[in-house]
Amino acid sequence: MSGREALSPTLEVADLRTHFFTKAGIVRAVDGVSFEVRAGEVLGLVGESGCGKTVTGFSILGLVDPPGRVVSGSIRLKGQELNGLDEAALRKVRGNRIAMIFQDPMMTLNPVLKIGTQIMEAVRAHRHVTRAAVRELACNALARVGIAAPEKRLEAYPHELSGGMRQRVAIAIAFINKPDLIIADEPTTALDVTIQAQILYEAQKLCRETGTAMIWITHDLAVVSALADRIAVMYAGRIVEQGATSDIITRPLHPYTQGLLGSVPSANRRGARLAQIPGLPPSLLAPPPGCSFQPRCPKAVAECELAAPPVTEPMVGRQVRCFRPLVAEPAAS
Amino acid sequence: MSLAEPEISTQQEASAVAVETPLRRFLSDYFESPIATAALAVLFLLVCLAVLAPVISPQNPYDLAEVDVLDSRLPPGSEGMTGYTFWLGTDGAGRDLLSAMLYGLRISLAVGVMSGLIATVLGSLVGLTAAYVGGRVETLIMRIVDMQLSFPAILIALMLIAVLGKGVDKIVIALVTVQWAYYARTVRGTAIIERRKEYVEAARCLGLTHTRILLKHILPNCLPPLIVVATVQAAHAIALEATLSFLGVGLPQTEPSLGLLISNGFEYMLSGKYWISFFPGLLLLATILAINLVGDRLRDVLNPRLTR
Amino acid sequence: MTAVAQPPLIEGRRLVKRFVGSLDLAGRIVARLGSDRGGWAVHAVDGVDIAIAKGEVVGLVGESGCGKSTLGRMIAGLLEPTEGDVLFRGRPRSALRGSEARTARLAVQMIFQDPHASLNPRARIETIVGEAPHVHRLVSNEELPAYVDEMLKRVGLDPALKRRYPHQFSGGQRARIGIARALAVKPEFLVCDEAIAALDVSIQAQVINLFMDLRAAYDLTYLYISHDLGVVQHISDRIAIMYLGRIVETAPAEELFRSPNHPYAQALLAEMPRIAPGKRTFHPIRGEIPSPLDPPKGCHFHPRCPHAMERCRLEAPLLKQVAPRRLSACHLNDA
Repeated sequence: MSGREALSPTLEVADLRTHFFTKAGIVRAVDGVSFEVRAGEVLGLVGESGCGKTVTGFSILGLVDPPGRVVSGSIRLKGQELNGLDEAALRKVRGNRIAMIFQDPMMTLNPVLKIGTQIMEAVRAHRHVTRAAVRELACNALARVGIAAPEKRLEAYPHELSGGMRQRVAIAIAFINKPDLIIADEPTTALDVTIQAQILYEAQKLCRETGTAMIWITHDLAVVSALADRIAVMYAGRIVEQGATSDIITRPLHPYTQGLLGSVPSANRRGARLAQIPGLPPSLLAPPPGCSFQPRCPKAVAECELAAPPVTEPMVGRQVRCFRPLVAEPAAS
Repeated sequence: MSLAEPEISTQQEASAVAVETPLRRFLSDYFESPIATAALAVLFLLVCLAVLAPVISPQNPYDLAEVDVLDSRLPPGSEGMTGYTFWLGTDGAGRDLLSAMLYGLRISLAVGVMSGLIATVLGSLVGLTAAYVGGRVETLIMRIVDMQLSFPAILIALMLIAVLGKGVDKIVIALVTVQWAYYARTVRGTAIIERRKEYVEAARCLGLTHTRILLKHILPNCLPPLIVVATVQAAHAIALEATLSFLGVGLPQTEPSLGLLISNGFEYMLSGKYWISFFPGLLLLATILAINLVGDRLRDVLNPRLTR
Repeated sequence: MTAVAQPPLIEGRRLVKRFVGSLDLAGRIVARLGSDRGGWAVHAVDGVDIAIAKGEVVGLVGESGCGKSTLGRMIAGLLEPTEGDVLFRGRPRSALRGSEARTARLAVQMIFQDPHASLNPRARIETIVGEAPHVHRLVSNEELPAYVDEMLKRVGLDPALKRRYPHQFSGGQRARIGIARALAVKPEFLVCDEAIAALDVSIQAQVINLFMDLRAAYDLTYLYISHDLGVVQHISDRIAIMYLGRIVETAPAEELFRSPNHPYAQALLAEMPRIAPGKRTFHPIRGEIPSPLDPPKGCHFHPRCPHAMERCRLEAPLLKQVAPRRLSACHLNDA
């Protein structure tokens, strides 16, 4: 979409740091994360468990509970700074300008209220609309996410719906106030393959139609490669690589990204030993000195143990945290 | 054929983390609360006093040679016929109240703990059996438990004592009968959850016997709620025994517990000789309070937390 | 693939597992008063034949409610079939007694999904791995510590850590401990029930490699149950696809992926997320997975099948051979 580059991004996150102050020490769950998302764009935030991707999503919405808090950094939604806002102001943003879809739809849905009630509540929390108009909005919202017979479904309770349907209702609630940004935290991880395909289809369609920016948090590279325009790969609280999806998939710059891509079975010859990343992710309480990936990195050199690498941009639109990015090598396939 | 090499990670783990047993973790959690720590200290002190009562009490209140009826009903701090100071006064028979309280504490704790232990073993076995066997056996057992629990404890105890007569062993039987149902219900609830977990399935797959699975796999994992119930029930048993003694159907006069001491002094309450009931009552209160505070803290700490 | 002379190592014949909930007294009273809650019956596994030859890796794939876990547990001996038999080396397991029964039980072990719940939290690793060999006297008391060390080394764990408790290990390490526990009783056959689903991608790769190494080193046979087609394709020789309690297609892995026959298999393969550059548009199959409480009549898949015919509504298709070593249950093959 030409001309889009001229508009400022919907969300700008700069040097976000969220730390958890626990008995055992300070856990640096998010430690200097910067990225942007533009209108209508899907950013895939990819990483394994413990890398900080979920905490990043929560930090944007101010949902981090003690003993954690956002220590520093800037979160700008269409120019407005969100970090440091008081609770009342944040409430106006949540559900209205930024919506969240969780992995477990029962985190969104109240089991003792009907679906219709919950969707209508989500609207009336932010706008004054008549009952009849709200009901029609709710009906349309359900129809837009592909639920058949929406009028009947409004009267149903969450336990009467299947997992895939519940997630679709959660998506409907997320989109209903036409937010600027949606943060989706592993929404399809718990769903079956065929249902996951349906959800991805709905999400993709809605984003295209409404021009909402989306951050899709996942550990599944396959899902994100089909859905996202850009990918940011996280490891141990930092983004280690960022760029356009097709670039990252075909020419990863960071050894961790390359390792992740290589360890998926479909990337290997059938029956051959998978290219694996040895070892475990580091403890965020006592991260290794220097680059946090260095103990597991096949390309590590002495320099990597001394200092954490800064973000560099070896090619246009590609950012990476590595002293020796894989610039010259194509991806192993 | 080369197999996977030992992971780099395990070497990291070996150097970084000390061997942290569940016990060490539990202790460090427990002592975070100052109130609970104080309660545990008080409880420990009381137990020491009780155990050492024959050694440290100034007078053996049940040795008639040492007791002089002319010393009776003396206020705290007064001197007796033998030139000996009664720090907390004397009771109606001339016994040193401090010594009587120490002995009474001993009996109260002993009876409470012993009945608690027997009830724990009995109730746990019943609860485990119910959970593992399931079906009609479980239904039958749990209905008996329900019926037992719907009667007031004091009523059952009184009925049993009326039938069995008085004496320390009869009291213990009565207390055990009243308590076992709580343990059975608690253990059965936890055992049902554990029974479905995959490590129990794995044990069956490995051909281990049912007894072994019950006692070595399921029971150890039922301990946390069991410990909490046991602590609270111990306080309950002590209070129940005190009530029975107060009513006169508990322990005999030759082995008085705190409840009996309170009862003995009751008649003097309105005539100004408050100390005969008051100090044993205070001690009883302190004991039960300490046990309850410890039990509360245990419940908080032993609660399974997924993010630990 | 295998010589005809040897019977398959494990065979399931006409396996059915029914879970029944009948009404209790209160329920019957309420039903008489007009409530529409009846008793229920779930055919979790609805007449399955499966044969696994020694040394083979058979992948069992399906989505929720298809019964693959139930089938796996019947084969592992953890669930009794309502009907049908499981045969071990050609003999029905229910007919075995005494030490033969014990040998048959130990020969088939299961690797579980949840790395947290599959290890006894109150037991040290050395007990977890060493208990069964000790109880069954597979190893003498003097040899036991060295044996436990050997098992841990086989799965890539440092034996120095054997005095620790499960909570001190990561998910991937716990998965390895579960594998060591199974290996300690010298099994011939492993049922892996979504063994890596709960692990991170990079750890999954490590464990998959471990499975492949162990297979080669100890001549193991696997039934690998998973919803993840990518992994199943990588390690399986043969794949069986289940839908709502029935096997709808079995084929050698490569042939299945090249040309799936059954419409459900086709849909699964088409919708499988793949890492590929360029965004794709999704064309998912419509409809929800039906509840196993109330499966559609006739062919279970017909409400969602793009090629459904009248016959599919009335008659359940049988699993028939459509090519050498390929079976499929679809009326379209009869045309």
